[in-house]
Amino acid sequence: MTGEFDVPKVEYALVLPLLVVFGGALVGVVIEAFASRAWRYTAQVGVTVTTLVAALVSTVLVGVGLDSIGGDVPARGELVVEGAIVVDGPSVFLWGLLLVLSLISALLFAERRLEGGLTSFAGQAAALPGTDAERVASTERIEHTEVFPLMLFAVGGMMVFPAAGDLLIMFVALEVLSLPLYLLCGLARRRRLLSQEAAMKYFLLGAFSSAFFLYGIALVYGYAGSFDLTAIDQAVSASTAGTPLLLAGIALIAVGLLFKIGAAPFHAWTPDVYQGAPTAVTGFMAACTKIAAFGALLRVFYVGFGGASWDWRPLIWVVAILTMVVGSLVAITQSDIKRMLAYSSIAHAGFVLVGFVGLYSGNATGAGITSLSSVLFYLTTYGFSTLGAFAVVTLVRDAGGETTHLSRWAGLGRSSPVLAGAFAFFLLAFAGIPLTSGFMGKWMVFAAAWAGGAWVLVVIAVLTSLVAAFFYVRVIVVMFFSDPGVDAPAVAVPSALTAAVIAVAVAATVLLGVVPGPVLDLAQQAGAFVR
Amino acid sequence: MNPGAYITLSALLFSIGAVGVLVRRNAIVVFMSVELMLNACNLALVTFAKQTGDLSGQVAAFFVMVVAAAEVVVGLAIIMSIFRTRRSASVDDASLLKY
Repeated sequence: MTGEFDVPKVEYALVLPLLVVFGGALVGVVIEAFASRAWRYTAQVGVTVTTLVAALVSTVLVGVGLDSIGGDVPARGELVVEGAIVVDGPSVFLWGLLLVLSLISALLFAERRLEGGLTSFAGQAAALPGTDAERVASTERIEHTEVFPLMLFAVGGMMVFPAAGDLLIMFVALEVLSLPLYLLCGLARRRRLLSQEAAMKYFLLGAFSSAFFLYGIALVYGYAGSFDLTAIDQAVSASTAGTPLLLAGIALIAVGLLFKIGAAPFHAWTPDVYQGAPTAVTGFMAACTKIAAFGALLRVFYVGFGGASWDWRPLIWVVAILTMVVGSLVAITQSDIKRMLAYSSIAHAGFVLVGFVGLYSGNATGAGITSLSSVLFYLTTYGFSTLGAFAVVTLVRDAGGETTHLSRWAGLGRSSPVLAGAFAFFLLAFAGIPLTSGFMGKWMVFAAAWAGGAWVLVVIAVLTSLVAAFFYVRVIVVMFFSDPGVDAPAVAVPSALTAAVIAVAVAATVLLGVVPGPVLDLAQQAGAFVR
Repeated sequence: MNPGAYITLSALLFSIGAVGVLVRRNAIVVFMSVELMLNACNLALVTFAKQTGDLSGQVAAFFVMVVAAAEVVVGLAIIMSIFRTRRSASVDDASLLKY
């Protein structure tokens, strides 16, 4: 344990997207400290969008230049920064997806027309709700522009999370993505008590679950003697039987990751937090956190614990079934749109778990979509429709802010057919109706799971999709076939930002449903994880 | 050194923390229980590092401490903002979001 200290080798070119995002976030912090209040909003939005676009461009460049290293399912990429980060096909695909969706979310964050020229975040979070201080903050038009750097830090954490080649880095990334999100959840301008409550619930439960995750890491470290996923894989494959230490470690790590995904029985936070958080943040969380957490889940279980798949598969089977059933059944009884979308996101987590547990790595001819690629594709389709749906929710308002009670949405299809039509389209995509992206996503995931032998799960998934379709269709019926109430909310006319978000989400939902080929090819080319 | 004893102690601390999170009602105490769980993880990490003669476990303990400190900052800010609004830090009182 003496002496020599080797300078670690950092492949700056390959981790450039991460550096750009974190660099942009730091620039945002500096702006917050030095720019005058009048300029902060413009500067922060500019920096955020520029950063995300630059990171996206560098991600594409990294993706194009990845070296192929062969294998059964051709893998591309390499371990960088002494094995701490893995830049491979799936990482780069997820980076690109996360950056595109964050860019769209950033537009939602920047929307100002809906609150009379202010963002939808609390003017001054330290001012108590209902006090003079809060009123002064809003009359003086004070805004929290810190939300933009917070968002960039969260995006950075989300990008490292699925690309971590080392459990310790994965834990740090988990916290880097979670801590800004806890804060963002508590920053709503309207209904601040709900928002603060959501932040507290998310924080306490999130910290609780990350403690489980960390204890799992400690146990696996005790078993394998290393944090490296590759070394863990070797240790797991070398032994013939799972020891209690390893099994307990796998279970605890699974608890931490399944919590972030929002899988039952670790889903209890999802509806409360999705309902209480500012809707722009909810959309960002629902799309991006889920994508990052699924990426991490895939990497840990496929790369690290692949050799012990017979031990963890039954566990994930049970969780997948429970998640689909709970998500679909409880969603039926919901009367709040945001809560219903939260339960719908739980059900979708179950569908993705079906694809995940299939563990199918293609047939001998190399044809057929692998489990990994199918999950990547599903996350793409789900991310766009979810963001679009939450963007629509921000527009249905009355004097008190957003009206999310389902009964208030009655007759929306008559008063504003375009918006209601877009929302109905997203719901149909969630339900998996053909010619929408949701159908293609479900098809790919179920096909991969079927090919992997998990046909029981596929049957259950199809049945629960039918149940889920019921409550999606119920919302459509309420919107289009019932009369508006006397206190029907108005649909606010958004600025170009939110309009662009909805337009892009509709376009993506159509295109991925009608011509899924290019994105499917990309997902297929992402290939396998580099170990 | 008998690693078994240290691991038992860490498992015990972890369980006490987990039970604390589940049964205590004050958000601050719940949060302290989470910190206890994180420190139980640190003990396990350091023990395994000593057992295998590998330094990375000890380094990991430092990372965990830093993360725990960052978590305190964010967590106390959130709990304080709720406490100032409601004059209560009880997790039972925060019950506007349900069903």
